Amino acid sequence: MSMTTILQHCLTGISLGGAYALIAIGYTLVYGILRLINFAHGDIFMMAGYFMIFSLASFPWPVAILITLVVTPVMGIAIERVAYKPLREAPRMSIMISAIGVSYLLQNLSTYLFTAIPRGYPEIPFLKRIFRVGELSASFVTILTPVLTIILVMVLMTLINRTKTGMAMRAVSKDFETAKLMGININLIISVTFAIGSLLAAVGSILYFTDRMSVTPFSGTLPGLKCFVAAVFGGIGNIPGAVVGGFFIGIVETLLVALGYSTFSDAFTFLLLIIMLLVRPTGLFGERSVEKV
Amino acid sequence: MTAEAARSPGARAWARFRRNRLGFYSLVLFVVLYAFATFSVIRYANKVYPTVVIDGETYTVRLVEADNKSDKTEAVTAAQSLISSGASVIIGSYGSGVSIAAGDIFNDNKVPAIGASCTNPQVTAGNDYYFRVCFLDPFQGTVMANYAIQEGAKKAAVITQLGDDYSSGLGNFFARAFRSLGGSVVSEQQFQTNATDFKSILTNIKAANPDVIFAPSSIATAPLIIKQARELGITAKIMAGDTWENSSIIENAGVSAEGVVLSTFFDDADPATAEAGTFISGFKTFLVENKQPDIIPAVSALGYDAYLTALRAIEIANSTKGSAIRDALEKVDIEGVTGRIIFDENGDADKDMAFIKVVENGQFKFLKTVSVI
Repeated sequence: MSMTTILQHCLTGISLGGAYALIAIGYTLVYGILRLINFAHGDIFMMAGYFMIFSLASFPWPVAILITLVVTPVMGIAIERVAYKPLREAPRMSIMISAIGVSYLLQNLSTYLFTAIPRGYPEIPFLKRIFRVGELSASFVTILTPVLTIILVMVLMTLINRTKTGMAMRAVSKDFETAKLMGININLIISVTFAIGSLLAAVGSILYFTDRMSVTPFSGTLPGLKCFVAAVFGGIGNIPGAVVGGFFIGIVETLLVALGYSTFSDAFTFLLLIIMLLVRPTGLFGERSVEKV
Repeated sequence: MTAEAARSPGARAWARFRRNRLGFYSLVLFVVLYAFATFSVIRYANKVYPTVVIDGETYTVRLVEADNKSDKTEAVTAAQSLISSGASVIIGSYGSGVSIAAGDIFNDNKVPAIGASCTNPQVTAGNDYYFRVCFLDPFQGTVMANYAIQEGAKKAAVITQLGDDYSSGLGNFFARAFRSLGGSVVSEQQFQTNATDFKSILTNIKAANPDVIFAPSSIATAPLIIKQARELGITAKIMAGDTWENSSIIENAGVSAEGVVLSTFFDDADPATAEAGTFISGFKTFLVENKQPDIIPAVSALGYDAYLTALRAIEIANSTKGSAIRDALEKVDIEGVTGRIIFDENGDADKDMAFIKVVENGQFKFLKTVSVI
């Protein structure tokens, strides 16, 4: 394998990893606050793809991106209000089952509305511009994805560590009841969390689909599951962990395919999940949690 | 074939009685998801030939549709639902994998099935009740290998989908034929079902520098492979099988699709038979009425032929009993839209010619026919 081939593979892997990282943050954030694995997250990501397709059909791309970045968080909040909020006092298992229900609802609803025929993802000209360095060839989005991911994570970390909303989020994640007693508007904070998670999924969706060019109602399933694994790998509830997990899975998956083991590229991800849960259930950076009585 | 008999109320009542007693008077379909084009041609065929004569009495054909969603598990469910609906004949499916998955159900229940574009040899092999109106993958693979060699290609790369009988079968037949014609296969790559990122395998292919890439796959993956290949700066000619003759590929891949070559069963610019002439003009009008683009993919032509074959077999059998229709299918000899249809002992239509098409200016353009002995 020549040097350019290896570099090309690395570029693909890092780019895929960046998109995974953005989605994985959504899992980790929601888990951190609600102790809920939001199985519908992958489908929110898929819906963002459709939002982009439809808004770009009638608006220029900057407006279309803006619409997608607004509508997706609104949908995330709406899902939380309708499917999760009424179950806040219910056992944790019920809310998780509700999440699975929402996931299937979104998939089937979009099969019904948009049919299962893959829809071509529209091209955003500046993202698709192709750069060539020697034998190396990549579109702008491939390079942009990891860079944008890092920037967004830094912004998010600042938001959580430095702002009042961030402080409230941390408080809610530490102790629900006490945070409520301290006058924090729990519902607002949870909505903000879902909005941020969905917003990042929307950004991830634009980057991911621009590179892969077609959306089906099931496009979100596998990336969703893989990003869930990425979040668990990094230590669910931990943002830098989710980012590291996303990049790790993206790169390893690409390298496995590159080495001719495409049969095992998906299997690897889930094997990783099992091993991680057996060896270090709290993930790479997760804190060992003490169950409070 | 159902029983809304044509003439007097008395005849209708009699027919209803017969249907209720015997239970299997309907001609039933079993078609893949890829939307309007697949069901619609059968609906059109049903409109043109709505009736069948059994024992001197005219019956209206009732269509029952089941969608297999291009999924092997769904295919089995769809097949079972068709059997329990009392179908006399099954038409479909279009894909090899789903047809193979459902094949045993038709065989066990002794209901004959007529495949449209399922080209994998295993569809009919060892299954007495499966027939098909298209050519087979070994033939198609050989045709494409011949074409590639004729065009001066020496090195080929093959991309196939893991666990997909159509894709891996056709890929293997191509590779075998290409090697035996003196070419070399420099790279064989595989991808997972539902994969959307082909950059890694394409990077490997780029490093092997082939003259042609043979990538038989579904219409969902086709535009992705084509576009990502061009994006990586691969200039090799991309080729595939009959599946790729679908305008959604050109729509989604845009200019990158230019120059893509594929083999198919039928060319609407060159009707092979009289039946084809009326079919082309009639079906185009039907498509326009239903607000569809008036392009006739080969799979529609095959679907139409499968319907004609089914009707003919019922008339020869003079019965709607599955085993009788099965025996009658062996005697069918009709001029269909895609040429003459006679079945060999495996239940495969005897075809020896393929049409090669190329994408030019956003259209599938007929290039030439290739025959292989």
